[in-house]
Amino acid sequence: MPEGRRRGIHFSKIYSFACCRSKFEEQHAQIGKRGYSRVVYVNDPDNPEAVQSKYRGNYVSTTKYTLANFVAKSLFEQFRRVANMYFLVVACVSFSPLAPYSALSVLGPLLLVIGATMAKEGVEDWRRRMQDKEANNQKVKVYGRNYTFNETKWMKLRVGDLIKVCKDEYFPADLILLSSSYADGICYVETMNLDGETNLKLKHSLEVTSHLCDEKSFQKFRAVIKCEDPNEHLYSFVGTLCYDGKEYPLSLKNMLLRDSKLKNTEYIYGVVVFTGHDTKVMQNAIDPPSKRSKIEKKMDKIIYVLFSVLILIAFVGSVFFGIETKKDISDGRYRRWYLRPDDTTVFFDPKRALLSAFLHFLTALMLYGYLIPISLYVSIEIVKVLQSIFINQDQDMYHEETERPAQARTSNLNEELGQVDTILSDKTGTLTCNSMEFVKCSIAGTAYGHGMTEVERALARRRGDALPEASDVLSDVQGHDGDPVDSRKSIRGFNFRDERIMNGKWVKEPHSDIIQKFFRVLAICHTAIPEENKGAGEISYEAESPDEAAFVIAAREIGFEFFKRTQSSIWLWELDYETSNRVVRKYEVLQVLEFSSSRKRMSVIVRNEENQLLLLCKGADSVMFGRLSKDGRLFESQTKDHIKKYAESGLRIMVTAYRELGEEEYRPWEEKFQKAKTSLIADRDISVDELANEVERDLTLLGATAIEDKLQKGVPECIEKLAQAGIKIWVLTGDKMETAVNVGYACSLLRQDMKQIVITLDSPDIDALEKLGDKDAIAQASFKSIGKQISEGISQINSVEESAEFGLIIDGKSLEHSLKKNVEKSFFDLAKKCSSVICCRSSPKQKALVTRLVKLETGKTTLSIGDGANDVGMLQEADIGVGISGVEGMQAVMASDFSIAQFRFLERLLLVHGHWCYRRISMMICYFFYKNIAFGFTLFWFEAYASFSGQPAYNDWYMSFYNVFFTSLPVIALGVFDQDVSARFCLKYPILYLEGVENLHFSWPRILGWMFNGVISSIIIFFFTTKSMINQAFRRDGQVVDFEVLGVTMYTCVVWAVNCQMALSVNYFTWIQHLFIWGSIAFWYIFLVIYGSLPPNVSTTAYRVFTEACAPSALYWLVTLFVVICTLLPLFSYRAFQTRFKPTYLDIIQRKRLEDLETQNSSETRPFKQKLHRLRERLRQREL
Amino acid sequence: MNTEGATSSGVAKDGALDSSSTAKRNSKKPKYSRFTQQELPACKPILTPGWVMTSFIFVGIIFIPIGFASLFASERVVEIVDRYDEDCVPRNYSYNKLAYIQNNATNKTCTKRLIVPKQMKSPIYIYYQLDNFYQNHRRYVKSRSDQQLRSTASEDVTSNCKPEAVTKNNSAIVPCGLIAWSLFNDTYGFSVKNKVLDVSKRNIAWKSDQEQKFGSDVYPKNFQSGSLIGGAKLNASIPLSDQEDLIVWMRTAALPTFRKLYGKIETDLEANDEITVVIQNNYNTYSFGGKKRLVLSTTSWIGGKNDFLGVAYLTVGGLCLFMAISFILLYVIKPRPLGDPSYLSWNRGTMN
Repeated sequence: MPEGRRRGIHFSKIYSFACCRSKFEEQHAQIGKRGYSRVVYVNDPDNPEAVQSKYRGNYVSTTKYTLANFVAKSLFEQFRRVANMYFLVVACVSFSPLAPYSALSVLGPLLLVIGATMAKEGVEDWRRRMQDKEANNQKVKVYGRNYTFNETKWMKLRVGDLIKVCKDEYFPADLILLSSSYADGICYVETMNLDGETNLKLKHSLEVTSHLCDEKSFQKFRAVIKCEDPNEHLYSFVGTLCYDGKEYPLSLKNMLLRDSKLKNTEYIYGVVVFTGHDTKVMQNAIDPPSKRSKIEKKMDKIIYVLFSVLILIAFVGSVFFGIETKKDISDGRYRRWYLRPDDTTVFFDPKRALLSAFLHFLTALMLYGYLIPISLYVSIEIVKVLQSIFINQDQDMYHEETERPAQARTSNLNEELGQVDTILSDKTGTLTCNSMEFVKCSIAGTAYGHGMTEVERALARRRGDALPEASDVLSDVQGHDGDPVDSRKSIRGFNFRDERIMNGKWVKEPHSDIIQKFFRVLAICHTAIPEENKGAGEISYEAESPDEAAFVIAAREIGFEFFKRTQSSIWLWELDYETSNRVVRKYEVLQVLEFSSSRKRMSVIVRNEENQLLLLCKGADSVMFGRLSKDGRLFESQTKDHIKKYAESGLRIMVTAYRELGEEEYRPWEEKFQKAKTSLIADRDISVDELANEVERDLTLLGATAIEDKLQKGVPECIEKLAQAGIKIWVLTGDKMETAVNVGYACSLLRQDMKQIVITLDSPDIDALEKLGDKDAIAQASFKSIGKQISEGISQINSVEESAEFGLIIDGKSLEHSLKKNVEKSFFDLAKKCSSVICCRSSPKQKALVTRLVKLETGKTTLSIGDGANDVGMLQEADIGVGISGVEGMQAVMASDFSIAQFRFLERLLLVHGHWCYRRISMMICYFFYKNIAFGFTLFWFEAYASFSGQPAYNDWYMSFYNVFFTSLPVIALGVFDQDVSARFCLKYPILYLEGVENLHFSWPRILGWMFNGVISSIIIFFFTTKSMINQAFRRDGQVVDFEVLGVTMYTCVVWAVNCQMALSVNYFTWIQHLFIWGSIAFWYIFLVIYGSLPPNVSTTAYRVFTEACAPSALYWLVTLFVVICTLLPLFSYRAFQTRFKPTYLDIIQRKRLEDLETQNSSETRPFKQKLHRLRERLRQREL
Repeated sequence: MNTEGATSSGVAKDGALDSSSTAKRNSKKPKYSRFTQQELPACKPILTPGWVMTSFIFVGIIFIPIGFASLFASERVVEIVDRYDEDCVPRNYSYNKLAYIQNNATNKTCTKRLIVPKQMKSPIYIYYQLDNFYQNHRRYVKSRSDQQLRSTASEDVTSNCKPEAVTKNNSAIVPCGLIAWSLFNDTYGFSVKNKVLDVSKRNIAWKSDQEQKFGSDVYPKNFQSGSLIGGAKLNASIPLSDQEDLIVWMRTAALPTFRKLYGKIETDLEANDEITVVIQNNYNTYSFGGKKRLVLSTTSWIGGKNDFLGVAYLTVGGLCLFMAISFILLYVIKPRPLGDPSYLSWNRGTMN
């Protein structure tokens, strides 16, 4: 056997592995039946039966389209939109004589628009394809025919293949572990990509296969695995391995899932069971629910409104047309004889006027189709993609340490960011860093550690105290930043400053022996594994939780460096306090009494070099103090005082204690314990616990540790800003109520002046009922109690004057009852009245449920933010999910719509990008409707003067280029670049964000206002143009205005008017806006000249109309000027008077900016300051 | 204020990093450019009272002179409009004008006298003005064949022209279609003091039409040869490019009331001259109730007589000045309006 394999440790001694021994369970009986029919021929993929079963290959594709179905599928997607469908039908019908214009002129823009969208889809899908290709072409070693391991691509793996995976590689498929570099066939796996957990998970092979460890031994290895069919359950697996005629049960413990990573193990051998899309991770990868923003939903409604307008005016037109046509023949006389009503087609037949009118209705539907903006969807999509690029490129949302920029993962929710009403936030990893830092400890009744916690600092700030240890705070902050100015090297997980015990000075402390014992407990009583970083000589630790790592690191920093673990011993570098030398000490680990949530403590029994037997124990304060011996309570009262203070500072507390065991006591206990551990009886766990309980008593108190779950940088400030912007914040956390409340204070969600309403089920009567176990009674009692507490809360709020603010704190159990149908409403009444809500002890499912209820109940936009796999439900449920791309895995990020590296970036994401995007998109849509109505209605007015015959006023190509060339770019520029105020002002005046929350820019009055403006513009354009040009000569040479000239003049006015209207509404003129707006107008003239110079069979009515007829006429230019100014006046006057008499926040802030820019004229700014103050007051009202 | 500090320091830090660490180029940090950071130099127009007033005054100042100038130009134009469709029907037919016009036997000649109000400098343009005539009707507009008009080769391209496309024996009508078929056929003869005024029919059509749209080798064929005769007949020996009446007529009008050039008088007319017009009242507008007018007009730089534009310019210009003045007054009287409605509503909010 190879040497490397033997150096493994028998971890089974450390972990109580006996419990992991595989057993046949009920489910195994189902193997071979429905849902459990998979058969894998291990190491024999060419077996004829295996070939017959045709399992999928390991090729994974996440693309939406394939080369074959791209055209069909993406076209189908396109035409699911009503507007596009309409244009398609129009394009088809336009080949018939019904069409008022040529078919090509309709088809052209439609193809352009559809083509642009398809190109976008195509590019996106191509990127996905490239990613897939990269994943599929990774290399893995497969056991081949020549009995060696050969490299091959991931996608070529087949079910039954035997593969070798080395350290730090990802598993290419779902595998069953056969053996590993460790003799007992265990391996460590990191499942960050699956569930976001960073700690290592232990997997182990069946004993029968664990000896298979080299290429030769596989030569004859054949087995059959029967197991369940592919499914999405990450936490279950049922199968059997048939080997040598015997059956062995397989469970999830033997399974290595695709996309998890091999850690701390040199290599493993495994057999492929599920490939490609059959793997559990791929089965889980269902498409996230596609979200659409509120604006887009409303836009659909507006499209329907426009369709109704379209149908209405088409109907009115055809009624008139029918009447006019009917009159053409009366009593055998032909009225409009020049139309030859006697010899006509069905479209104009007076004898069948009704039918003609109906056909005309269809024609009119096509003609007035310019009311529906064909390019709206594609423009919005382009704009949103560009907006997302801006979000991704924002340097102020880039996190240096993790090297992560912000990322907009979906582009269709940008504007929704500007309308967020409620934020639902996770705590750990979102508000806090999820890096546990050892900050304080209390040893032998003395408190050590000066550092101020975030909570203390926040409290001090609230009280307005000067920060007592300013210099310390400063260095602390810098230390957190990783600033090299700090001479002390900052260590992750360690933020302890106390010169009394650091740098070996602890030996001079009065209770140095206790200090020594204290840190020994920290250094020995854990399950971490040391890892020496080659080169640096430093040691890092792989621990199950960050807390545990923090303890070991703390011990190391004080001088108890844990550097080696063998299967039965722990090695420390220690400072000998008599000689002050570093010496190596070895502790023989005899037993590990593991941590469990019910025990709330962990112990190890070790034998030190002096042959003493020691039990070292650490655990929660609630269980530890009861286990102290009479003599061991020396420092109890001081320690308890310290613990109370630490708890108030928002720290996590662990109490350490030890006990010296006598040999004579240990021996019999060990025997019993071993027996209990290896027994197979059902209540094995209980008896193990009992035995542990037996030995963990009569402890001697050493002290307590305090660990800070550090708040992320800038969280309190960010929350304050968001609150100023009128956003309500709910914190949903799995933590204890005390911790949650502490963090609430720390991040200024709760303030000292706020009244707290606490809803909890921790009352004695319910506890009593729980002991009885009568579920119905508990439910009923809890229900009653919750109802009572809620109504009390409401009456409390109502009774107090309104200036007071409330914070609601509710625990998971109560939440569960509060979300039931009949209390739900009153609960939300209460919650809405509170400015912040904290739900503690809530499960991931509850988080999602609360999110959904908030969304439904308030009807407003909700945003949830979280970082871990447990937040995925919440992220998908909310209108917007924001993932923190922090330390924890990518699960949350994958499920999110936006990802940022730090919570504080949320401020910029919402107040700046959200605000801008909301304004941009809503203005853009409003403007789109304006421009199409302004244009479409000129057609209608003209119809009224053409007896509604369906003759368009303009040349076909003028019309079809309207949406595509003459008016498209400025509106896109508006959507991408416009800024009402700069980012700095957005952040300075969070009140601006209210515009989005109250949906000012996309309210029905605003939309209808713009539409009305469009109608006004069209009236001005049509009537003023005709009135001032028609009949008399329009040039010196006596020529009169004909059909062609009027069309060009009106069209010129339309192009000018809509583009200038745009220029009026733009707040931010860069060269891009100038180029696009004036360029569009210039392009119209250029187009006229070029199109007009084409031969007349191409240009038809446009032939030389501009160069010959219009341009030399002074009247043409005068009319243009006049009409354009007239179309601008209504909006301009409205805006002028509105900013004067009813200024919005924006107007005031813009004015403020301007006045700031001008020399500080104090007498001018004061009233504005007052106004701003009032705005703030009003905001506060709103919150209540 | 603190955010300001924070962002500016942030920028400073970024800048320092950018310059110091070229080694860190491969990081994912977004590259700084004013474009990606949305900090392009821009002008940010704000509607301050100053701006509002300035723009109103500016529009007023521009518009009022233009208004006066165009009114003045319009004033110089002398225009004589005479409606003759009623007068040119003999008394006995006044209750059945249709019978009169459709009867080939009736005498269509009609004489009218017009007084020149002011001196009219040549050229004096002669127009006919029709009313209620839908030259912009879709059926009518489409009823022509541009190809046929352009070249003899595509003489048979008459698909759009129905029912005036082909004769009974299936040979193409040139020019085909309803527009040509309904060609206006009233004629006018002018004389002043018994001296006949020459009416020039040259250059009344657009040059581009004459040169490009109507072929010089295309001659009328089978025109008005059917049982129903619409309007004027054409001289089959003159190519279409020289039939300027037809070209003018074929350039369809935009609205149902329209004028079309009939010809030009190249001599000046003095004030109070009496023009005798001999009208051949052939064209049937009676069936659809259309009026017929004869218009004599001079032109100026804005074309024909056009008071509307001048008045409109003056009105809008005046309105803008009025707005500007009222704004100034508001600003002077109440620099900061106490009666600001939004102001009040907030106050009310705090009161309750």
